[in-house]
Amino acid sequence: MAGEKVKEIGGMRRGRGQRPKVKNPGKLFARVMGYVLSRYTLQMIVVIVCIFIGVLANVQGTLFMQQLIDSYILPMLQNKSSDFGPLAAAMTKVAGFYAVGVIASFTYQKIMIYVGQGTLLRLRNDLFVHMESLPIKYFDTHAHGDIMSIYTNDIDTLRQMISQAMPQFLNSVIMVVSVIASMIILDVPLTIVTLLMVGVMLFTSGQLGKRSGKFFHDQQASLGSLNGYIEEMMNGQKVVKVFCHEDAAIEEFDKRNEALYRSAYNANTFANFMGPVNAQLGNLSYVICAIVGGILALNNIGTLTLGKLASFLTFNKSLNMPISQVSMQFNSVIMALAGAERIFSLLDETPETDDGYVKLVNAEIDKDGNIIETEKKTDIWAWKHYHKADNTITYTKQQGRVDFLGVDFGYDEKKIVLHDIKMFAEPGQKIAFVGSTGAGKTTITNLINRFYDIQDGKIRYDDININKICKGDLRRSLGMVLQDVHLFTGTIKDNIRYGRLDATDEEVIAAAKLVNADGFIRRLPNGYDTMITGDGASLSQGQRQLLSIARAAVADPPALILDEATSSIDTRTEKIVQNGMDQLMKGRTTFVIAHRLSTIRNSDCIMVLEQGRIIERGSHDDLIAQKGRYYQLYTGNKIAQ
Amino acid sequence: MEKSYDKISLKAAALRILGEVKEFKKDSILTPVFMILEVVCEMIIPFLMSVIIDKGVTAGDLNAIYRTGFLMIITALCGLTAGMLGGKYGASASAGLAKNLRASMFRRIQLYSFENIDKYSTAGLVTRLTTDVTNVQNAYMMLLRMFMRAPSSIIVAMFMAFMISPRLASIYLFAVIVLAVFMGFIMSRATKYFTATFEKYDALNESVQENVSAIRVVKAFVREDYENDKFKKATENIYRMFVKAEGTVVLNMPVMMAAVYTCILLISWLGAHMIVVDELTTGQLMSLLAYCMNILMSLMMVAMVVVMVGMSEASAKRITEVLDEEPVLRQKSDPIGTVADGSITFDHVEFSYAGQSGDPVLKDIDFSVKSGETIGIIGGTGSSKSSLVNLISRLYDVTKGSVSVGGIDVRDYDIHKLRDSVAVVLQKNELFSGTILENLRWGNENATEEQCRRACEIACADEFIERMPDGYYTHIEQGGNNVSGGQKQRLCIARALLKKPKILILDDSTSAVDTATDAKIRKGFSDELPDMTKIIIAQRISSVQSADKIIVMDNGRIDGFDTHENLLKNNVIYRDVFESQNGGSGDFDEKGGE
Repeated sequence: MAGEKVKEIGGMRRGRGQRPKVKNPGKLFARVMGYVLSRYTLQMIVVIVCIFIGVLANVQGTLFMQQLIDSYILPMLQNKSSDFGPLAAAMTKVAGFYAVGVIASFTYQKIMIYVGQGTLLRLRNDLFVHMESLPIKYFDTHAHGDIMSIYTNDIDTLRQMISQAMPQFLNSVIMVVSVIASMIILDVPLTIVTLLMVGVMLFTSGQLGKRSGKFFHDQQASLGSLNGYIEEMMNGQKVVKVFCHEDAAIEEFDKRNEALYRSAYNANTFANFMGPVNAQLGNLSYVICAIVGGILALNNIGTLTLGKLASFLTFNKSLNMPISQVSMQFNSVIMALAGAERIFSLLDETPETDDGYVKLVNAEIDKDGNIIETEKKTDIWAWKHYHKADNTITYTKQQGRVDFLGVDFGYDEKKIVLHDIKMFAEPGQKIAFVGSTGAGKTTITNLINRFYDIQDGKIRYDDININKICKGDLRRSLGMVLQDVHLFTGTIKDNIRYGRLDATDEEVIAAAKLVNADGFIRRLPNGYDTMITGDGASLSQGQRQLLSIARAAVADPPALILDEATSSIDTRTEKIVQNGMDQLMKGRTTFVIAHRLSTIRNSDCIMVLEQGRIIERGSHDDLIAQKGRYYQLYTGNKIAQ
Repeated sequence: MEKSYDKISLKAAALRILGEVKEFKKDSILTPVFMILEVVCEMIIPFLMSVIIDKGVTAGDLNAIYRTGFLMIITALCGLTAGMLGGKYGASASAGLAKNLRASMFRRIQLYSFENIDKYSTAGLVTRLTTDVTNVQNAYMMLLRMFMRAPSSIIVAMFMAFMISPRLASIYLFAVIVLAVFMGFIMSRATKYFTATFEKYDALNESVQENVSAIRVVKAFVREDYENDKFKKATENIYRMFVKAEGTVVLNMPVMMAAVYTCILLISWLGAHMIVVDELTTGQLMSLLAYCMNILMSLMMVAMVVVMVGMSEASAKRITEVLDEEPVLRQKSDPIGTVADGSITFDHVEFSYAGQSGDPVLKDIDFSVKSGETIGIIGGTGSSKSSLVNLISRLYDVTKGSVSVGGIDVRDYDIHKLRDSVAVVLQKNELFSGTILENLRWGNENATEEQCRRACEIACADEFIERMPDGYYTHIEQGGNNVSGGQKQRLCIARALLKKPKILILDDSTSAVDTATDAKIRKGFSDELPDMTKIIIAQRISSVQSADKIIVMDNGRIDGFDTHENLLKNNVIYRDVFESQNGGSGDFDEKGGE
């Protein structure tokens, strides 16, 4: 609960596609590339080679256009000959190059699909697997929307970068380099003029980018503000209706909507300027080159001839497109890097540590009363304890005894929320926690299964320090029914079976019967095969809760934690469920949290918590006799009688 | 999967969306006009370039270069101006359309009655107002800027090419037709693949969402590996589908390039022949080659725009669905403005939710309540307690029979006036971001601080508010996340009290409040507000047993309507609930209750 609050407060809404500020773009880019290359080194080399071939084929085509006029057409015109033989030969060669170029381009694009999608596949899997290994604390401190947007927005921008922006960027860069190289070969002074103009182009788009970046930032801010408002109003739409607050809602909405229009208009205007400005600067560059070149050639300054000038102008023209593409792609790369930063920061989170070595194994008891490990499925479980000191293995029968010895805990180290918790649960006992919201009831149960690690003290399970037990085995031995029910997409049967994957259909049905869920399940259109979607939205709260109890029942764990398991079931239904619950609790150590006192009065021991401390403990009768806090709570229940 | 908005035709959706352009019509028309102007300038430039080559460079005439260069700069400036204006108007038109769409949808939703709201999920409405609008906005901008630009670019370039040489230009015409057919084919196939893939992709994201929110369940059952396997299988699947979809799109590329290159070669070859026999100049050949690129690139652009606009089709339909949703509740033309008192009469009421099949939710409900009485309602989950009280403030309309407040059918009242007199504290209640005082003033915007304080005292909210650092000026986070469940409920009660209603309905509104405080609140009601009719839905018997009368609901029917004492004697269900809450483990059980 406390954790949930931290998450909500800390959960700042992140604007989608916000103009990002990446701290270390070079390093990040290298990391992304490393990630891609680690698996696709060969493919990437082929891709680069193919891009190179493709560009060269294109450039040689451009070069040929020049030769077409200078070396073939003009000589023919001068000689008045009509021998097309040399031209035909040259064109066949060019056509050959073009064909190679097309094949190369196609090849690299085809490979990039596999590289791009393959990398994403791996990235998604790595992200998910890593996420599953993170401690609960991570989920407490990160807004779920933010985690989700890593999978959707960030991965998507990265996908675009890897499979589109990067190859195109590479393509453009190689194009620019080879065109500039050809230009230098033709004429150096004109190349300098052209490069100056390129500088102007880059500077202008930079300026425009900065301007539109500022407006995009504004747009994100107003979009965030409007979206927040929309979300809030849609959530509270019924309240708005009940309070006749529609006009006030519209008024506020209009204000924010207008602000968004303004900033979106500005941002997009500047972004739209980029294209025409670059194109016309390119044309300007062409004119300037023509004039400068004309002056140079006609006055015989330098080595420039008119034929060379014509070729040069062709190159000048073919430079414009890739240059403006480079600046465009550069933007999308920066965007993607911001996403990559978030992706890697999730991947860099430290996973839940598990230093446990005590394992839970199936066991048999032989004639002499010794516990023996077995492969068979038995009803007896034992803790397999390996002692490093003398290299021996001992087995302890798993019984479900839980001891808390002076436990202190805080979600962050500075703020302790549980103080000096001492408690002993004998196998098979029912221990209840009562107290007001925020007293620390749920927190205590989350310590038993090590969702959180304690700051001080010791928790022992069957006299073994729980830090020594493998987390998986520890949790497997504890069934949990949580306050918030979560169901998974799948059939009812799948959901119950979640508790034990190898449970047979009969076992699933038996578990449902045990907790009295069988009745409503059979009334569903497809019975146990009814599909559940959207966290079981089509079921009532009580029905969902019953399923989650059945899920714990099928797991058949030696110890149970019931955190407000019946709070959303009405008292009459609860009475029916209670029988099932009593069946379920029989012979198991059970920790119960409830605010309904009728649920807990038959517990072996009731702990009354207040502000993280156990202030009273004892059986119902003891506590009533004490006339303390429990007595107050209990009689408060009947205050109006 | 069949979606509710699928039956809206594309044409209807497009018309509905375009209807929201409104004051941005001028901008929407100017954008393509300027874009075409830009295209014309852009097409003149290759021509001028060829002039520079022919008349200037080849002929060695510097003056011709100056002259043509000057013309070219003028043209470029015109192109620049047109391009920038087109960009500006395009931005304005699309941002404006988005603004209008949002405003219209939001206004429409404010008109919705509960039945309409039930039809959509909150998340669904939020998506329509945000993501879907953004999609349509982007598509509209593309449409205005590119869709006009690209075809006109093709036409102008084609025209220029034909001006130069009809014979050579006909090669382009042929190439354009072949390519258009081919790309149309590829794109339509690719769109199909992509649609299928994106659906799977959404499903994948849903499963991530599920895992994030249910992480405690996953960990409690040690199902990390199981979830990992499940996820990997799904991603594998998506990988294969994406590879297939992108593999189709990638076919465009070689065909496109082959077409460009073939055109270049053909034009060069034939052009060379024509130059030799003086039918063509070298400059003209150069500009023909320039147009080649222009034409085929524009064609590519058209294909892209079609795909992009196509992708926003679903968004457009979803928006249209919201805009076309008819509010279910209609107000009479001459409604009654004042509610006389807090009496309530249900006259043989039957009620079903829209689109619901099977038994009605409420059957033959018939009872009356005098003004000022306190009525408790108790019953199991799904026994339609909430449905019953929702009819009083006309959040829904009855299917049969009638509900009257103050002696007049609720359908005859002005809805706002009725709801101001009947305050409901909903089961799923919400606070809004803002100070506590601002939240309270939802009940009455002119309430003084003193009045707010008074309401909070009755609702027992004053004690915790005063302990907060900023008291009544404490900021409430979105959704009321920084107050506890019980505090939220008490604030909601106080907010309802500020309306000074004639009837107050508490729909399980004190479930998170401890029993002592609960009792105090009820005592406050009867001491301070004796004339107000109070209807209290509760799970706990203790919350209702002091009421004047208690309704016992069971499966949509009234099973009992009497005082606590009489119900204990005569009503099986009531006695059952009472015992389960007070009898406990059998300590004080009367043996065999019935």
